[in-house]
Amino acid sequence: MKRILITTAVIAVSAGIAFADSHGKTIRMGTEGAYPPYNFINDNGEVDGFERELGDELCLRAQLTCEWVKNDWDSIIPNLVSSNYDTIMAGMSITDERDEVIDFTQNYYPPTASAFVAAAEGVDLSGGIVAAQTATIQAGYVAESGATLVEFATPEETIAAVRNGEADAVFADKDFLVPIVEESSGDLMFVGDDVPLGGGIGMGLRESDAELKETFDAAITSMKEDGTLNTMLKKWFGEDTTTY
Amino acid sequence: MFSFCTDPSTLDTFRWFSCYLTTGVHMSFYISFFKVLLLLAVTAPVALGFGFLGAMAARATFAPIRWIGKTYIALVRGVPDIAFFLFFVIALDQGIEYVRQKVLCPDWDEPIRQGNDFVVCQAAKMPLGNAAQWVHETYGFALAVFTFAIVFGAFAANVLFGAMRAVPRPQLETGEAYGMSQRQTFWRILVPQMWVYALPGLSNLWMVLIKATPLLFLLGVEDIVYWARELGGTKTPRFTDYPHGDWRMWYFLGLLVFYLCFTRVSEIALDRLMSRLTRGQATAGGEAQRKAPA
Repeated sequence: MKRILITTAVIAVSAGIAFADSHGKTIRMGTEGAYPPYNFINDNGEVDGFERELGDELCLRAQLTCEWVKNDWDSIIPNLVSSNYDTIMAGMSITDERDEVIDFTQNYYPPTASAFVAAAEGVDLSGGIVAAQTATIQAGYVAESGATLVEFATPEETIAAVRNGEADAVFADKDFLVPIVEESSGDLMFVGDDVPLGGGIGMGLRESDAELKETFDAAITSMKEDGTLNTMLKKWFGEDTTTY
Repeated sequence: MFSFCTDPSTLDTFRWFSCYLTTGVHMSFYISFFKVLLLLAVTAPVALGFGFLGAMAARATFAPIRWIGKTYIALVRGVPDIAFFLFFVIALDQGIEYVRQKVLCPDWDEPIRQGNDFVVCQAAKMPLGNAAQWVHETYGFALAVFTFAIVFGAFAANVLFGAMRAVPRPQLETGEAYGMSQRQTFWRILVPQMWVYALPGLSNLWMVLIKATPLLFLLGVEDIVYWARELGGTKTPRFTDYPHGDWRMWYFLGLLVFYLCFTRVSEIALDRLMSRLTRGQATAGGEAQRKAPA
C-alpha cells in the first residue's frame, strides 16, 4: 500500500497504477435498498435499480469483482469508514458536510431537484410540518426553512407520514417522488416549487481509498463519454430526465 | 413459484396471494424467522454459561476473581442494551481486525486510523474482503450472538448469584457434616438445589430475550423486523409485479402474533420445568407437591 502510494507520487497520479492493489479484491458496494428507482429490493430479494445496473457496469469497465451489500441509511457512512464495505451507491448527494468525512467520485447523476409532495393543495411549506429522511440534504433544508421537520429512518415512512396526516408534506428527491405521485391515483400531489439541492449524486468512498476513487472516476467518465450513462438515466428516470 | 405466477396482475385474490407470498423476498422473510429462532437457541445456553461463570466468580473467595465477577455484572447491567450493542459490536469487530493486522501484516507501516477511516491490510480483514456474502452474514450473526450472550449473561449471573445464596444454609452444612469438601458441596448440593430459586428469574430473562431479538436489526442482521418493514412498504407497479399499498401494519401484526405465540409456548414449557424442579425440594412449592394426593 505504502509502496503504491510512493510510486503514485513519483510517477504522478494515474489511474492505471491503482489496479495493482485492487486486483483480486472484491469490492463491496454498500446501498440502502429502499429508494426506488435508485436502489430497491426486487421480488427475488436482490438489489435492483438504477444504481445496481450502473454499479455493475462500472465494475465491469474497471475490471473489478463487485458484490452488493445492504445497509441501513443511518449507519451507511460509519460502516463505510470502518471498512465493512468499500463504496456507497445509495442516491447520496454530494455535499460539503459529507465530503469532510468521506470522498466522492464525480457525480453519476446530475444535480437534481427536490420537491414537496402533499395530500392537498395549499399546505404551508414554510411554517407547517414537513417530513424528510434522517441525515439527508432535504432534512437539512427543511430544518433551515422554518418549517417543523419530522425525520424518519426510511423514505417509505416519510410518505406514510403524509398519507396518515402526521406531516403536511414530504420533501425528497423529485425522482423518488414522481412514481409515488403517479401511482397514488390523485391522493398525493406536488406542491410548491422544485428546489435544486446538492452537487448531484456520486459514489462515496473512504478518503484513504484514493486509487479506487480514480478507478471509478475513470469508469464514470468513459460511461459519460460514450452515452451509456444517459441511456441508463433515461431508462430509469424517464425521457425527460436531466442527462449529461 | 407456481406456473400461473407469470402475470400476477391477471390473477384472482387467492392465486395472487399464493404467488405474492412465495416470492424470493418473502422467502428471505421466512428464513429470517429461523434466524431469530437460531439466535435464541444459541444465545440462551451460552448466556446461561456466562451467567454461571459470572455467578461463580462473584462468590469466589479469591478477591480479584470476585471483583471480575462483580464488575462484569454491574457494568453490563448498568449500560443500556442499545448503547452496549452499538458500542460493543463495532469495538469487537475492530479489535479482531486490529489483532489480525498485527499478526498477519507485521510490515504494514501505514496508520490503522487515517482520519475517520479504519483501514487494515487485505489479509487482516474479517471476514476476508473476497469472502462470499453468506460468510459476512454469518460473521455478523456470530458477533450478534456473542453480544447478546454477554448482555444476558450478566443478568443471568445476577439471578444465579441470588439463587445460590437462597439455598438454605442447613443444606450445605449437612454436606459439610458428611465430610464433603467445599467443591463437593457446591456441585452436589448447592447447584442442584439452586435452580428452583433461579428459574423464576431466568424465565423472566428468557421472555426479555425473546422480545429483544428485534435488536438484531440494529446490528445489521436482516431479521424479521427489517423484512416486515421492507415488505410492508408501499410498492409501486413500476418496480414490482406485486404492487400494494402500505401494508406494514399487517406485517407487524403478523410479528405480534408470532411473538405472542412464542412467549405463550415458552410459558407453558417453563411451568412444566418449574414443577419438575420443585419436586422434593425444601420449598413451599415442593411441600405442596408432597402433600398433594399422589
